[in-house]
Amino acid sequence: MNALTERCLAALRLLWIMGAMLGGLVASLGARAQLTIDIVGVGSQQIPVVTSEFVGDAKHSELLTTVIQADLARSGVIKNIANSGLPLTSELNADALAQYAARAADAAVVGSVTPSANGQFQVTFRLIDVPKRAQVAGLVYNVSAADMRATAHRIADVVYEKLTGDKGVFSTRLAYVSKSGSRYQLIVADSDGMNAISIVASAEPIISPAWSPDGTRLAYVSFENRKPSIFVQNVSTGSRQALIVARGNQSAPAWSPDGRSIAFASSQAGGTQLFIAGADGSNARRLTTNSSVIDTAPHWAVDGKIYFMSDRGGSPQIYRIDPSGGNAERVTFEGSENANPKVAADGKSMVFVKREGSRYALAIQDFASRQVQTLTQGPVDESPSFAPNGKLIVYASVYNGRGVLAAVSADGRVKQRLASSGADVREPAWGPFVR
Amino acid sequence: MQSKTPSRPVWIHALMLSAAIALTACSSTPEQAAKVEDRAATSTTSPSTQGLGTGTSTSPGAVTSAGTVGQNTNPDGLDPALRDPASPLSRRSVFFDYDSFSVKDEYKGLVEAHAAYLKRTPKARIVIEGNTDERGSREYNLALGQKRSEAVKRVMALLGVNDSQIESVSFGEEKPRNATQTEQAFAENRRADIRYVGE
Repeated sequence: MNALTERCLAALRLLWIMGAMLGGLVASLGARAQLTIDIVGVGSQQIPVVTSEFVGDAKHSELLTTVIQADLARSGVIKNIANSGLPLTSELNADALAQYAARAADAAVVGSVTPSANGQFQVTFRLIDVPKRAQVAGLVYNVSAADMRATAHRIADVVYEKLTGDKGVFSTRLAYVSKSGSRYQLIVADSDGMNAISIVASAEPIISPAWSPDGTRLAYVSFENRKPSIFVQNVSTGSRQALIVARGNQSAPAWSPDGRSIAFASSQAGGTQLFIAGADGSNARRLTTNSSVIDTAPHWAVDGKIYFMSDRGGSPQIYRIDPSGGNAERVTFEGSENANPKVAADGKSMVFVKREGSRYALAIQDFASRQVQTLTQGPVDESPSFAPNGKLIVYASVYNGRGVLAAVSADGRVKQRLASSGADVREPAWGPFVR
Repeated sequence: MQSKTPSRPVWIHALMLSAAIALTACSSTPEQAAKVEDRAATSTTSPSTQGLGTGTSTSPGAVTSAGTVGQNTNPDGLDPALRDPASPLSRRSVFFDYDSFSVKDEYKGLVEAHAAYLKRTPKARIVIEGNTDERGSREYNLALGQKRSEAVKRVMALLGVNDSQIESVSFGEEKPRNATQTEQAFAENRRADIRYVGE
């Protein structure tokens, strides 16, 4: 069940494929990862950065440089400047600075990777403000060879945060479901799709994965008992338990911000209503009480409210309710059907699936202005999940008849696609910041 | 479930199985098959309370014997009538209109046949599995499938079936019978299936 079937995943290697967009247009750029770095083009909005080769061990240097550049390119707000022919240095070097400036780079990343004791490596890096000819950040890591890729992500996180003011999400993880034939797998991967491991494999459907706020556990819905049941599983140890054992369906788990409780949908009282239980399944109580309507897809936002979809007003719309109960307040008013709300980490906006005619697309609503902006074109976009910095949203889409993951920036400008060979991928959940 | 198959030699099972097949295949002789149809007919024309009365009072003899044969001859202990194409009990799917969960008249007979069987076979348990087409969100479709499942259960409850014999669940859009994206496929997938526990 929790075996790390790395072997089986060879066919599922995921590649982020990046599209450069303007004004929310989807441009398909083919299926080669290399295109991503060259074509991202939102012009003056992008910060030009050069990542130099790392001094020292050639193999690890190449990995570090490649991963950092790929991360920065995927952010959509940074443009990589070619690093060939630059003076090899891990310091502030006058000749190198002149070259960075000549290549119009605003910032430069330099560093080194050298073997230290016990098979470990020491990795250093500096982020340089090129116009100011000054160091902005500098760090030293002592890591094993196996952690080199993770180290590159941590460096990219620092670079991104220093240049944009927002925390980077390159060290975070994604969970998603892969379906190949009649085989379903719940997969956890790095945010760039690498290091994918299967944590659950089943002949029955798996849906609705949700990360605990500390990133140690995943709640999800499995049909292995011939009905939807919620399981809570430790991601690293594989140990798991059913959240609730009851008649009917238990579905759509959502963690409270403190990780102590889980809101979910249940048919145990007839129909489908919201319930809340402890994360161990204890003290389950009913939150919404009208069995003749559908209440489901809860999301427990940072403002403490539970957002959910309900057809209580006739059509499926989004509402919010206090976890202690009381009246629900309607949040969406446009459109015939709005589903699957997710509130950004700053609590200021909400992404959801909006039906437009026969198309289902992502839309984002700003709570202050009540403005709704459509972010994607559909026709079958669903299951949005915010990156923990609120800048990107990963979601499920269909491309060439196959289930793919895609990501869009919260302003709709940057779009990417995460495709898989030989499998449909869907139900993404973006994990929290790594501590 | 019901594994009360004592120590009869295998050939006796084989004999009883062939007897059962012969019985169910030949529609004129067996009392049992007639009873099944009678019950369905009774329920269609009479109010549910009366259906309950007739079901419990008149059935025992004939039906129990059919049930016993089935239990002793099938590896899963289930009544062969459940699989007999000639029996209404072999019909298991109730289809629904788009975004609807009302049980259409054409499925009343099917639902009534199962209700009658459940009433005269108190040990039998069913799971009603609601399904939807793929349009709309997965979580909403789970809930819609549940409404379909519960709608079928409600009809059976009105016909007098004990609540503890039925569990309503939903597969939403996750287990389509037809995975293509055509109106025909969507129609096939909007349904509730009756499954006997042990099948």
